[in-house]
Amino acid sequence: MTFYEYKQRWDWDKMTRFIEKATAADVERVLAKGVNVSPEDFAVLVSPAAAPYLEEMARASAEATRRRFGRTMQLYIPLYISNFCTNHCIYCGFNCKNQIGRVTLSQEQIEREAQAIQADGHPFKHILLVTGESPKHAGVGYMADSIDTVSKYFDQTSIEVQPLDTADYELLMEHGLHTVCVYQETYNEARYPLYHPAGRKRDYRYRLETADRLGQAGIYKVGVGNLIGLENWRTDAFFTALHIHYIQTRYWRTKCSISFPRLRPFVGEGFQPNYPTTERDLLQLITAYRLLSEDLEISLSTRESPRFRDGVIELGVTTMSAGSKTAPGGYSDWEQCKELEQFSVNDDRPVSEIVDAISSHNFEVVWKDWDLSLNRNTSKLSRNTP
Amino acid sequence: MEQLKIGGHTMRSRLFVGTGKFASNRVMAEAVAASGSGLVTVALKRIDLKGDNDDMLQALRLPGIELLPNTSGVRDAGEAVFAAQLAREALGTDLIKLEIHPDQRHLMPDAVETLKACGELAKDGFTVMPYIHADPVLCKRLEDAGAACVMPLGAPIGSNKGLATLEFLRIIIEQSNVPVVVDAGIGTPSQAAAAMEMGADAVLVNTAIAVAGDPVAMALAFKMAVEAGHKAFEAGTAPVRESASATSPLTSFLND
Repeated sequence: MTFYEYKQRWDWDKMTRFIEKATAADVERVLAKGVNVSPEDFAVLVSPAAAPYLEEMARASAEATRRRFGRTMQLYIPLYISNFCTNHCIYCGFNCKNQIGRVTLSQEQIEREAQAIQADGHPFKHILLVTGESPKHAGVGYMADSIDTVSKYFDQTSIEVQPLDTADYELLMEHGLHTVCVYQETYNEARYPLYHPAGRKRDYRYRLETADRLGQAGIYKVGVGNLIGLENWRTDAFFTALHIHYIQTRYWRTKCSISFPRLRPFVGEGFQPNYPTTERDLLQLITAYRLLSEDLEISLSTRESPRFRDGVIELGVTTMSAGSKTAPGGYSDWEQCKELEQFSVNDDRPVSEIVDAISSHNFEVVWKDWDLSLNRNTSKLSRNTP
Repeated sequence: MEQLKIGGHTMRSRLFVGTGKFASNRVMAEAVAASGSGLVTVALKRIDLKGDNDDMLQALRLPGIELLPNTSGVRDAGEAVFAAQLAREALGTDLIKLEIHPDQRHLMPDAVETLKACGELAKDGFTVMPYIHADPVLCKRLEDAGAACVMPLGAPIGSNKGLATLEFLRIIIEQSNVPVVVDAGIGTPSQAAAAMEMGADAVLVNTAIAVAGDPVAMALAFKMAVEAGHKAFEAGTAPVRESASATSPLTSFLND
């Protein structure tokens, strides 16, 4: 059974009503259980009734996170390598209808970007490669080459690209792939097509079953999430939690991480979130996910403000990006490439300031949490020995 | 106090410490110093094996400290053997803490893969220190496979729940021919002392020190507890009695 079939037992509208109807007594009952609560209990924690309990949730989340992750924060840096896209996602800057410059970096350009990141003087060892969805411009072969290129400089490579087949993931793992992030955007199957009117991404089920294919490929870590604000964020959070619980119990060799791409209202033309969220709502989500799973990696990108990012360092987050440029080529030549960016980052402080902020909380920055030599492919030789 | 030997290595303390989760490398190094430990475990995946300027390794260049690389992150015997060889080459030590926990949630050790890797590594000349469940039969099998010691867990790693596996640890200690190091789960100095009083040869502590309000003071507290517990074991603790000794022995008639 895949997650698509598994999730049929829960109805979107029924869960929405369940969450809306939760009471303070329900919240107190769940909070008394501590960590590792069920997805249904998680739904109570993201309900409006739980909002007044945010301080208590933050306290419990901080404590569980310290116990499991200590006083550390992992940092990574994203590298946008192609912004060609065949999808029509109506909320996205890379949408194929948008008249922006399109580029796919060559391996030489990727190498220059990697060198520019290193030249900045911070020992990043974890890189996230990002592309739009255009197999013609950025297919599996291109990804394999790109992983080879960045592996000269980084020990841990993650990708955020279009969903792929199991065999493709296996191939990329042989090149050193560690983590794959695929966000479902919304788990609301009925409304998903409204946001993805055309392109390969229109296939809700294929995207939803990506984590199953990754689990079968034996990936080290899978990152999930939903685009917060597209649909009722509380109900989407429940289905994301259900997905995490499903992955953790079915594919027990694979780590799970959660991210929070969040639509914020902005002035002028452009896509406005249907369900706007506040920073308070986001913190409720972060702490609820921690209480769902004490070992879940919780990642927060530079989409959020410096004030918020600094504020949540101790409250459940385990991983952050820093120094991000979201335009291909942006690290080696920002002036030339800034027109190409997917979204403008909110926390654009230099890496050194983010490191200082983390240190001021009496936290150690972890740059390296993986060694390339530990990847499956490298040890295949030794595995063949009897 | 008799010094503990593991393989060809003489340990200057019966407290081994971990290096993860600390607020800074400086605090980590101070805590290691305060613990009096001579054996410090480092995760291979955390250190930069290519360069020679890894921050953590530099902080640990302290007199009398021996590094114990661990294979955390590997998922099977083949990967563990490869990682161990890499560690030996990079750090110049034959010590290896064998950790194979494919379970990503509770980091439970894989008995099947650990036993297999232990045999291969021992044959290859490593001083193998396997992290495993408190499973008495597995401990005997590892002993047969050439393990230099066994490292059964007291409770799930990082849980600070103490000696949840007490009854099994008792059996392991009673029948082991290699040193028994209680690893994982020890949350307080009193629990460390209890393990030592039971006859454990050493304990390994990480989270309880790293996440304490004052890690350096806590490291010292663990040092004292481990010493006290071991002294008590050597002294021979008085047996616990359920009731007071009878004043009129039942067998006194034999003297009539």
